[in-house]
Amino acid sequence: MKLELRGITKRFGPLVANDHIDLTFEQGEIHALLGENGAGKSTLMNVLYGLYDPDGGEILVDDAPVRFEGPGDAMAAGIGMVHQHFMLIPVFTVAENVVLGHEPTKGGAGIIDLAEARRLVREISDRFGFDVDPDALVEDLPVGVQQRVEIIKALSRDAKVLILDEPTAVLTPQETDELIGIMRQLRAAGTSIVFITHKLREVKAVADKITVIRRGKVVGTASPKDSEAELASLMVGRSVVLGVDKAPARPADVGLAVRGLTVIDERGARVVDDISFEVHRGEIVALAGVQGNGQSELAETLLGLMPATGGSITLDGAELLGRSVDDVLRAGVGFVPEDRSTDGLISTFSIAENLILDLHDQAPYARAGSLSPSRVAANAEQRVGEFDIRLTSVQDPISTLSGGNQQKVVLAREMSRPLRLLVASQPTRGLDVGSIEFVHKRIVAERDKGTPVLIVSTELDEVLALADRIAVMYRGRIIGVVPGGTDRDVLGLMMAGVPAETAHKDAAAHHTTLGAADLEEQQ
Amino acid sequence: MSTQTTTLDAPGAQLVQQRIAWRTPVIYLVVGALAFVFFGLLTSADEVTRFTVSTSRDFVTISPFAVPSKLVGLVLSVAALGLAGWATYLTRERRKVPTWVPITFGGLVLLAFLVWVMAGNGNALPLTLLLTGALVLSAPLVFGALAGLLCERSGIINIAIEGQLLAGAFLAVVVASITGNPYAGLVAAPVAGALVGGVLVMFAVRYWVDQIIVGVVLNVLVIGVTNYLFSTVLTQNPQALNNPPRLPTLPIPVLSQIPVIGPVLFNHSLVIYLMYAAVAVLQVMVFRSRWGLRMRSVGEHPKAADTVGIKVNLTRVKNTVLGGAVAGLGGAALVAAGLAFTKELTSGKGYIALAAMILGRWSPKGALAAALLFGFADSLRQVLGNLGSPVPSQFLSMLPYLATIFAVAGLVGRVRPPAAEGKPYVK
Repeated sequence: MKLELRGITKRFGPLVANDHIDLTFEQGEIHALLGENGAGKSTLMNVLYGLYDPDGGEILVDDAPVRFEGPGDAMAAGIGMVHQHFMLIPVFTVAENVVLGHEPTKGGAGIIDLAEARRLVREISDRFGFDVDPDALVEDLPVGVQQRVEIIKALSRDAKVLILDEPTAVLTPQETDELIGIMRQLRAAGTSIVFITHKLREVKAVADKITVIRRGKVVGTASPKDSEAELASLMVGRSVVLGVDKAPARPADVGLAVRGLTVIDERGARVVDDISFEVHRGEIVALAGVQGNGQSELAETLLGLMPATGGSITLDGAELLGRSVDDVLRAGVGFVPEDRSTDGLISTFSIAENLILDLHDQAPYARAGSLSPSRVAANAEQRVGEFDIRLTSVQDPISTLSGGNQQKVVLAREMSRPLRLLVASQPTRGLDVGSIEFVHKRIVAERDKGTPVLIVSTELDEVLALADRIAVMYRGRIIGVVPGGTDRDVLGLMMAGVPAETAHKDAAAHHTTLGAADLEEQQ
Repeated sequence: MSTQTTTLDAPGAQLVQQRIAWRTPVIYLVVGALAFVFFGLLTSADEVTRFTVSTSRDFVTISPFAVPSKLVGLVLSVAALGLAGWATYLTRERRKVPTWVPITFGGLVLLAFLVWVMAGNGNALPLTLLLTGALVLSAPLVFGALAGLLCERSGIINIAIEGQLLAGAFLAVVVASITGNPYAGLVAAPVAGALVGGVLVMFAVRYWVDQIIVGVVLNVLVIGVTNYLFSTVLTQNPQALNNPPRLPTLPIPVLSQIPVIGPVLFNHSLVIYLMYAAVAVLQVMVFRSRWGLRMRSVGEHPKAADTVGIKVNLTRVKNTVLGGAVAGLGGAALVAAGLAFTKELTSGKGYIALAAMILGRWSPKGALAAALLFGFADSLRQVLGNLGSPVPSQFLSMLPYLATIFAVAGLVGRVRPPAAEGKPYVK
C-alpha cells in the first residue's frame, strides 16, 4: 500500500506545527522521519492517524484521497501506530488490550470470546517470535514487551503501514536491537514502516529512506550512508558538535556517600534495595538503567522527598537522611528533577519567580516576609544572560518558553548558589541538540569546580557523554560500577541485569547493530 | 580514579525490612478485649437473651429460643480474641491476614453485642426481621452504588447519587399516586435519575466543569426543587399526589418457603428482585462483555480507547445516563413500601452508596456486600429502637453512619479507582 501526504498543514493557535508537508511512503520500506523534539513529527503522524484534523492538505491511500474522522477510519485504511507513550490499559490483560475496539464476541449479549482473543495474540506473537503471554496483565510487563503488545495490536488490525513514534526511547540497546530485527522482518513481510526518531545512529542502522523535518517543514532527504554529523546539521540547521569535550576527571575526597540505602514503597516493593556507592568531589557518576529500576526513587530519597527504610546518605560526612527537603537544599544540594514541568517549575509563575523558588524566603529576595520584586527581577536578568535563556521578558509565565529554555531556568536556579552536590535526573530529556550541548557543558563545568555530580539518566548516549564512572541500576540494586566510556553493549546487558564480568564476555561474543557501529567509528 | 566494587549479596548483612504495620492487629485486640469485658464479664450471670427466627406466618415455623447471656458473650468474645491473636501472629510473621478474618471477627463481635444488648430484655430479638430489614434498607444503597460504579468505571465521578435517588423517589411517589399504580412509579423513577445524570455528564463532558462540584450542586438543586414542590404542590393535594400505593409483595413459589432464607430473600416486591438481577447482570457485563471492556477502557485510559476508535465522550454520556437511571430505581426502592414523600427523604443515602461503591472496590458484587453491611446497621438501629436497649437512641441513629466511616477508613485498605476518573477528555 502506498501512502501519500500532500501539503499537510496543522496549526495550534499561532504555532504552525506542520507547514505544507509532502511525503510519500512506499510499500515495504522503512522510512525514517528525523527531527528534533518539537519539530512536528508526532503532530504529523497524529494527523495521519486521524487524531488531529489537519488545517490543510490531503492524505492519499494508493493515489485515492481519503478523509479520517478518527483513528477508527485510519485503522480501517490499514494504518497502525505505536505511540511514544504506549496506548495500553495497564489493568487489562494483553489479550484484552489487543482486541479492544474490535472484540470478538460470542452469544447475543456481547460477551467477549476470550479464547478467540488469546488465539489471535498467540498467532501473531508466534509469527514474529514475540513470546507474549495473552493473559499477562500489561502493567506487570517490562516496557520492551509492552511495545510488542502495541505492535501485535496494530498487526491484529491488518496494518499495512506501521508508524513507530520514538520506539527506542524506553528500550535497552539489546531490546532496540531486537526491535530493529522485528522492523526488518515486517518489511520483508511487505509492511511499510514509518520510523520517527531523533537518534541518528538508529536511523543509519535501519532506514531505507530518511526525511528530515525542522520547525514543521520538510528540509530535505538524506541517505542512510550519510555521516552522523551531516544528518545532525541537517536536523538542527547548523553544524553541531556531537559529544562533550571534557578533560579527564580529577576526583578528590568523597563528597556523597550512600551506604546500604533501602527504600520500600507503600506497596511493599523494594524500589531501592541495599545500595552503596560514593561520588567523589570533582567527578560525575551516572546512574544508568532502564526507567523504573529505582533511579527516580533513589534521587527523591536523596532530596528527602521519599522516606528511606534503612541505610544512610552522608554529604561531606553529615547525614542527610531524616532531614527536611528545605534542610537538604540548605546543605548545598542542587536538584534537577526528572520531570521539569511537574516537579521543576510552576508553569503559571513568571520566569523571574521560578528562578528563586527555593530562595523566596531568604535575603536578599525576602525581607520581613515580603518579596522584593526588583531584586527578583535583577537576579533573573543576570541568570538569563549567564545561562543564555532565550525569552522576551523575565515577567512572562514560564510556560511560554520552549522545553530547552525551561530546563535552562531549572539549571540556572539550582546551580546559581554554592553547591556541595549536584543531582540531575534526566537533565536533557526532550531537549533539542543545541540545548543538550549547553546543559552538558554546564554540568561538566560544575564538576570542574570540584562539585560531586550525580546524573540519573536512562539515555545511554548521555551517560556515555558525561560520566566518569557509571553505576548501572537494575531492580533497585546496583548491578555494577564501570568506568566511563564502557562499551555500549556491556552497559546494555548490565541494564538487563547481567553482572559486569559476564556482560563483558557476552558483549564481546555478540555485538548489536548499534554497538558494532560504535566500534567501527572508534577504529 | 577509584574503582568501587559492589557486592550484591553481602553475607551476614542484616536485610532491611519494611516496618510492620501494627495498627490493624492492635485494633482487633482492643476491640476483642472490650467485647470480652463489656459483653462477657460485665453481663449478669443469670440473664438470658431470647431470639426468634421465624414468624407465625412463615411456612416453616421455628419456636423462639433463649441462651444464657454471659456464657455466650464470653464464648463469642474469647473466639474473637483468639482471631485477633492469630492476626497479630500473622502480622509479626509478615504474612498476609486473609480476608475472612476481619469478616469473621466482625461477625463474632456483632453477635456478642446482640447477646449483650438484648440480655434480660423481655422481648426476643427477631433475627429474620433484622435480616429482612437489612436487605430492604440496603436496596437503595445497592442501586446507588451500582450507579456510582457505572459512572466512575467510565471516568465520571458521580457525587450526584444523592440527588438521583431523591429525584427518583419523588417522581416514583408522584407518578404512583396519580396513576394509582405502583409499577408506574417504578418506571418513572429511572427517568428522573437519568435526567440528573444527563445534566451531570453534560457539564462534565461538554464544559469540563469539575465533576465533584457539579455533583454537589446538583444534589443541592434536587433537594431545593423537591422541597419546593413538596411544600407547594404536594401539600396542597396530598391525597392525589402524595399517597402512593405499596409495591405488592411477590413471594417466589417454593423458594420463599425455605426456613429463614425464604422469608429473608424470596418474599419481596419486584424492586428487590430487580436489584438481584442488576447485580448479577452487571457483574458479568462489566467484566466480561464488549460494553464493559470499552467502558472500563474509557475510565482507565481514554486516549488509548480513542486510538482504537472508541468514542470516549459518547461512552461516558451513555454510561452516566444509565447510571443515573439505576440510581433513580434506587429512589423507587426507597419508597417501595408505599411511603409518602417528605423533605430530604434520602437523608444522605447517596453518600453512603458512594462509600459502598468504594468499599466494594468498584465491582457490583462488592457494592452489594458493602451496601448490605450498611443496610444491616440501619436495620439494627430500627429493631433495637423498637425493642428498647441500654444504648441511647441517639447513638443508635448514628449506627449506619459510624459503620460507614469505620468501614471506609478501616476495611478498604489500598484501593485503586479507575485511573482517569474525574478527568475530562480533551484531545
